Amino acid sequence: MAAGHDEAKGNGFVGWLPVLLSAGIFAFFLQFLPQIAAGDTLRVEWAWAPSLGVALSFLVDGLSLTFALLISGIGTFVLLYSNSYLAGHPQYGRFALYLFSFMLSMLGLVLSDNLIGLFVFWELTTLTSYLLIGFDNESPKARRSALQALLLTGAGGLAMLAGLILLGAVGGSFEISQLVPQAEAIKGSGLYVPILILILAGTFTKSAQVPFHFWLPNAMAAPTPVSAFLHSATMVKAGVYLMARLHPVLSGTELWFWTLTIFGAVTAVFTSVLSLRQDDLKQALAYSTLMALGTLTMLLAPSSGYAITAFATFLVVHSLYKAALFLVVGCVDHGTGTRDADLLGGLARFMPFTAFTAALAGLSMAGLPPFIGYIGKELIYANTITAGDAATFVTVMALAANALMFAVAGVVALRPFWGKRGDTPLEPHEAPWPMLAGPMVLALLGLAFGLMPLLAEVNFTTPTVAAILGDAEKAKHLHLWAGVNTELMLSLATFAIGGLLLALYRPVRRFLEAADAATPSFDNGWDNILDALYRAAKWQTGILQSGNLQRYLFTIFATFVVAVGGTLLLKDAVNLGVALDDMNSPRHWPELVLIVAAALVTASSRSRMLAVAALGVQGIAVALIFISFGAPDVAITQLLVETLVVVLVAVAMLSLPFLDERGKNDRRPKDMVLAVLCGVVVSAVLIGVLQGPLDLRLTDFFETTAAPEAFGRNIVNVILVDFRAIDTFGEIAVIVVAALSAYALLRTTDSSRDRDEEEEELS
Amino acid sequence: MNSLILRVASRYLAAILLVFSIYMLFRGHNEPGGGFIGGLIGATGFILYAVACGTREARATLRVDPQSLAMSGLAASLLSAFASALFRDAPFTGQWLFLGATEGSKGIPVSTVILFDIGVYLVVLGAILMLVFAMEEEI
Repeated sequence: MAAGHDEAKGNGFVGWLPVLLSAGIFAFFLQFLPQIAAGDTLRVEWAWAPSLGVALSFLVDGLSLTFALLISGIGTFVLLYSNSYLAGHPQYGRFALYLFSFMLSMLGLVLSDNLIGLFVFWELTTLTSYLLIGFDNESPKARRSALQALLLTGAGGLAMLAGLILLGAVGGSFEISQLVPQAEAIKGSGLYVPILILILAGTFTKSAQVPFHFWLPNAMAAPTPVSAFLHSATMVKAGVYLMARLHPVLSGTELWFWTLTIFGAVTAVFTSVLSLRQDDLKQALAYSTLMALGTLTMLLAPSSGYAITAFATFLVVHSLYKAALFLVVGCVDHGTGTRDADLLGGLARFMPFTAFTAALAGLSMAGLPPFIGYIGKELIYANTITAGDAATFVTVMALAANALMFAVAGVVALRPFWGKRGDTPLEPHEAPWPMLAGPMVLALLGLAFGLMPLLAEVNFTTPTVAAILGDAEKAKHLHLWAGVNTELMLSLATFAIGGLLLALYRPVRRFLEAADAATPSFDNGWDNILDALYRAAKWQTGILQSGNLQRYLFTIFATFVVAVGGTLLLKDAVNLGVALDDMNSPRHWPELVLIVAAALVTASSRSRMLAVAALGVQGIAVALIFISFGAPDVAITQLLVETLVVVLVAVAMLSLPFLDERGKNDRRPKDMVLAVLCGVVVSAVLIGVLQGPLDLRLTDFFETTAAPEAFGRNIVNVILVDFRAIDTFGEIAVIVVAALSAYALLRTTDSSRDRDEEEEELS
Repeated sequence: MNSLILRVASRYLAAILLVFSIYMLFRGHNEPGGGFIGGLIGATGFILYAVACGTREARATLRVDPQSLAMSGLAASLLSAFASALFRDAPFTGQWLFLGATEGSKGIPVSTVILFDIGVYLVVLGAILMLVFAMEEEI
């Protein structure tokens, strides 16, 4: 990662500006803390598309403020860290821009009170995440991972959009704060099940629940600070956030409880097993993040005070230790040139500060006292043993996941730093202070909150519980020692199993590797789905896009005849009883004769030139009709367009093959039938239109207002350039785009390229 | 097309058509005409010239690329949309100035609406010439 650019040069101004900006954002949110801790909420709103009920409205309550502080705080450290980690990278400016944009999108997401606004920010995080995962865009692996994350979370996001719109329609508002009082009506509505399924499709893909989990470990192709920020501390928690945010609206049903419990529990256990199997430290952390996401989902299933307090605590716990550990792994990678668990060992002598930080974060992850991680784990158990019908299931699952996490914490945070010195590509050296500051502060916060649980309780967990359950009284207290109870026994069991796994690390991992190789991989399944999609696209393109222009035209006109003619017949709308009095006067006969004769010549001529000229005559005759009915503007336009069409077609014809003189493969009978049918359908439609009463209100309006208000007597022109100017602007934009496209097509053929080269040689 | 008569005549005809096209453009607001029709007539003039004397000479006479012509037309129309923002009106609201207006006489009207129509004229002229020149050169 660090190779190939000049580290000594640094990134200068571009490196420091985003750090300062995000520190400012953090300070801005910090000032709300006392107010929110006291039980207040803040709401601001700007109209965006009022006619659609879409507003940019932002709500600061316990839940959103906790997230906002995590995002901006960790964001500041990550930007500071990146400035050293990618020092002198030629594209650092771009990187910082992506990362900072991501941070703003994420803040918008957690603060939005409007469902549509939230969705827009949600998709912005998907896009910025795509850019960040694919930052190393010369690596095919990074590109593939980026696309996979984009497609998977994008598809989930689209399903979620449908769910959010349904939710807004059922609840009568897009403001989440106004949906909360409607919760009972929404849960009672027939659309509740589709709403829930669609929204969970979005949150489960975003928060990488099994079976959508595989994109997250692949997303580790991103630079390490990105993984620390997006793929552990913030973005992947967006799905969890939305479930928490909509908890008051959607939770409390059997469907909600069992869906979240089962998906969460399975994700937590399955991925923590996979986590232990990894040899790359970063991959191990990625899978352990999935375990945390599963646990958080599981904790949102019930509505009890224990569950939600445990959710709020574990959210903070995990963000602190996981961001710290990712950044530590980045330091190790930076200092030794490898992240392979088998190569690393005894680094504490060379990287004492990194080792110290890793130990602090690792102990919190393992759930040992006196770290906040211990409190989080106790609360999880307190929730699982009170989970009613599901108590046994979730307790066993939580025990398994936590024990595995204990072992993974040992593998990631202890083994590389202690014991025998490993064989690393680089001589190990300590990371510079900007890379150590972030992880150390985060790890120390984990210890501080553990020693002073009241600090976390007052500022974060209780306000978050109040935001989700609507009642601060339901929040449970955070304390290190609650006496000898079931939770403590479960904790001791966790440590015992975890310790055993750690002691038997090598055989366990060999066993897991064998088991993993024997089971089908989700990642390959994804490839198969994509391949099938590509094949289907190729197959239908082959059918629809034959490349034969005549067939295209035939298909288009045949579709027109079937669609319009079929509708006319089905709706019984054919009514030919129109009085053609206007056309009875003999002065129109010459025009009619001209039109019919020209049409016959066009259809029967064996020379293209004659056919095109006859077509032009026919158009001019139509223009004559326009003139005789007093529409000079239309007539002039028709006349000029006919002229130009004849010129264009005549020019184009010079490079067409000659007509089939002997009448073999003559398409004409078929084409003639279609042409006649087209004519009949269009005539029927026009005659049908004439039957209806003519509404002259618009005509009257334009006639009376054109001269006094728009200073013009030619109504047609006044409509074009004044009353309907924006439509005209759209049309001329289309003209330019169409002409440029056609021009590009003409210019990319071989003959013109050859001539251009010749011209260059001549000049 | 190698016809001396056509070549000589086309010089005069093209010039007349161009003058006529501008006349149609400016009278459009009150009489039949306007930017669209004007642009079509102008394009006919240049096409006639290109058919008689070749596209290379027609391009040289036009001096600017048809693409630039079309794009600047689009820009002119967009400018007329933004101009109304200066007067705190909605986009494309026509702004009028009557130069030398006196009691009983409107004077010479100048407006953002004519700027918009000039944009339409340039777009139509540029787009058609872009296509016709490219097709003629293709053969």
